[in-house]
Amino acid sequence: MLEIKNLHAGIDGKEILHGLTLSVGTGEVHAIMGPNGSGKSTLANVLAGRPRYSVTAGSVTYEGKDLLSMPVEERAREGVFLAMQYPVEIPGVNNIYFLKAALNSVRKHRGEEELDALEFLQLARQKMKVVDLDEAFMNRAVNEGFSGGEKKRNEIFQMAVLDPKLAILDETDSGLDIDALRIVAGGVNALRSEKHSVLVITHYQRLLSYLIPDFVHVLANGRIVKSGGKELAEELEQKGYEWIEQEVAAGA
Amino acid sequence: MKAAVNSAPATEVLQRIREQAGQRFAQLGWPTTHLEEWQYTNLQPLQSRFEAGAFREAPCRTGFPACPEEDRLESLSYTGGTLRGALAELVFVNGVYAPEASTFAGSSVPRVPRGSSGRAVPETEEPEEPRNRGLRIWTLREAPLEILEQHFARYADYANHAMTALNTANAEDGAVVEVTGVVEGFVHLLFVGSAGFQSYPRNLVIAGRGAQIAVVETYAGSGSYFTNAVTEIVAGDGAVVDHYKLESESLEAFHIGTVHVHQERASSVTSRSISIGGGVVRNDVSVSLAGEGASLVLDGLFITAGTQHVDNHTLIDHVVPHCDSIELYKGVLDGNSRGIFDGRIIVRPDAQKTVSRQNNKNLLLSDTAIVDSKPTLEISNDDVKCNHGSTIGQLEEEPLFYLRSRGIGESEARDMLVYAFASEIVDRMKLEPVREQIRRAMSRQMPRGGEQR
Repeated sequence: MLEIKNLHAGIDGKEILHGLTLSVGTGEVHAIMGPNGSGKSTLANVLAGRPRYSVTAGSVTYEGKDLLSMPVEERAREGVFLAMQYPVEIPGVNNIYFLKAALNSVRKHRGEEELDALEFLQLARQKMKVVDLDEAFMNRAVNEGFSGGEKKRNEIFQMAVLDPKLAILDETDSGLDIDALRIVAGGVNALRSEKHSVLVITHYQRLLSYLIPDFVHVLANGRIVKSGGKELAEELEQKGYEWIEQEVAAGA
Repeated sequence: MKAAVNSAPATEVLQRIREQAGQRFAQLGWPTTHLEEWQYTNLQPLQSRFEAGAFREAPCRTGFPACPEEDRLESLSYTGGTLRGALAELVFVNGVYAPEASTFAGSSVPRVPRGSSGRAVPETEEPEEPRNRGLRIWTLREAPLEILEQHFARYADYANHAMTALNTANAEDGAVVEVTGVVEGFVHLLFVGSAGFQSYPRNLVIAGRGAQIAVVETYAGSGSYFTNAVTEIVAGDGAVVDHYKLESESLEAFHIGTVHVHQERASSVTSRSISIGGGVVRNDVSVSLAGEGASLVLDGLFITAGTQHVDNHTLIDHVVPHCDSIELYKGVLDGNSRGIFDGRIIVRPDAQKTVSRQNNKNLLLSDTAIVDSKPTLEISNDDVKCNHGSTIGQLEEEPLFYLRSRGIGESEARDMLVYAFASEIVDRMKLEPVREQIRRAMSRQMPRGGEQR
């Protein structure tokens, strides 16, 4: 589903990823772990096409297509979803209206019929239950006045409605209490299937107790330095990132 | 100025003031950009066309018999004008009252007047429905003498403002709305212009002690024409007035409009000025807070594109203590358009305990649009709470990315954000039909961003 080859990328002319290579198959859940500054968020933002991030070398192929040449909205319509680390507040844009417009853009792109207001509300209500969001949130402005946890749950709610093929979670777990963490993990688990892939970017192992990954990769200094199964996450939790850094330094 | 043919008692009063105003206009002349008040708006092109006879007067301006059908109703094909749910909707075409297009309290047939002039004039003295109890409406020329003597041209200053003088000199038609009770609902005054005409709508709204009313003025039309409008609003002791002015003129039209509000003790007025149309537009809103405890909300929204020019001048005069005013004007400018916000707040030496907040926020959507923002506070005593501010910015990258990252196309996302910017003004309007009207007008400019609620 996703092939990242020798990706060099950065922000404002400063290179942060120095040749990252990663392959995510259909139906797989991959976790990317790493210390602060290792390039985790850069990876997420480059995949979603955030402005100011630029790619200097390498390629990203998504379902056989060149992902990097697609405009932001086209990536979303093709089924890539980024749950953001810091969801922005947008006063004056109604949450439900925004999400209906988004879903219908995606459906139109897929050649599906657009949903009318009633059909959309039915779908939204059903998905809201998954993330335990109150219906009152739907009629507020996008993320405006939401707590940190509510913003993250809203991201997962949007993900559930848009039903992406590839979901990227950028530190969705940071700042969440254990209840919120379970809800977020539950939302992602509900999406898991042989057709959906998930890329979980996280600093901590905590989320991975609820959202069991098929593969774990360690990102350090802009490269994947170690890959393994779910037990690698536990090892990292026990030993910390220094262990990896030492191992990489020793091997270099 | 022309002599009125009509025999209504008010005619003499009007005629005397018109003559004075005409003389004053002759002395003042057309405003030039040498005047500070007009430094941003050059009326020379308007003046030249005016003097070359480009704008004729509606043929029936001097009264009965009513004007030929084609001049009266031709531009009513403009569909955005009428508002559902109005207690009364008075339609004026090229400045002249069009009874057949007007409605009262849900009835499409206006009540026939008691007078012998043959003009259909609303008479709502004995209302059938309690919700318009205490509401009386006349056209200017049919209004009772005592009302005109007491209020007409007492607030809008024709001695010092040339364009107010020009309107006053030519004022023959418009609406006089008097309310003495709490009226739940609104009165709509719709002015429709058509190519080649000049018009001088002149309105007077009088809310008596403890009265309540909402009044909406809409200016619309097609082709190139010149509207010079003046509305005077008097809010008596404890009166509550919700006023809307929707300037939605043709993009080739000239619109110069003045709203003057006079507030007595503990009155509460909200006046909103929305400019979406017009080629060259000047809006003057001035408010005298003349009775203690009066409060004012002044909202403005101007949305311009192409080569539109919209100049907003506001003046809030705190004359007495314990009044408060909150002012917010928002501008959205695209293309090569130009917008101006010049807001002056005066706090007089006696106006202690004044609370005043003024803000102007502008959104520039193109590199070639221009906005001038000039908020001014003139405070003559030190027992006040006043602040003002002004911002000029562009659409932010983060929200745009967020919307696009969910699949919304760039142009649609931009429209949504522009709409969101404007919604701060639109959403707090009390009248739903007006909000709808503005949303419709906005969605004509932003086809995909304005349909949300």
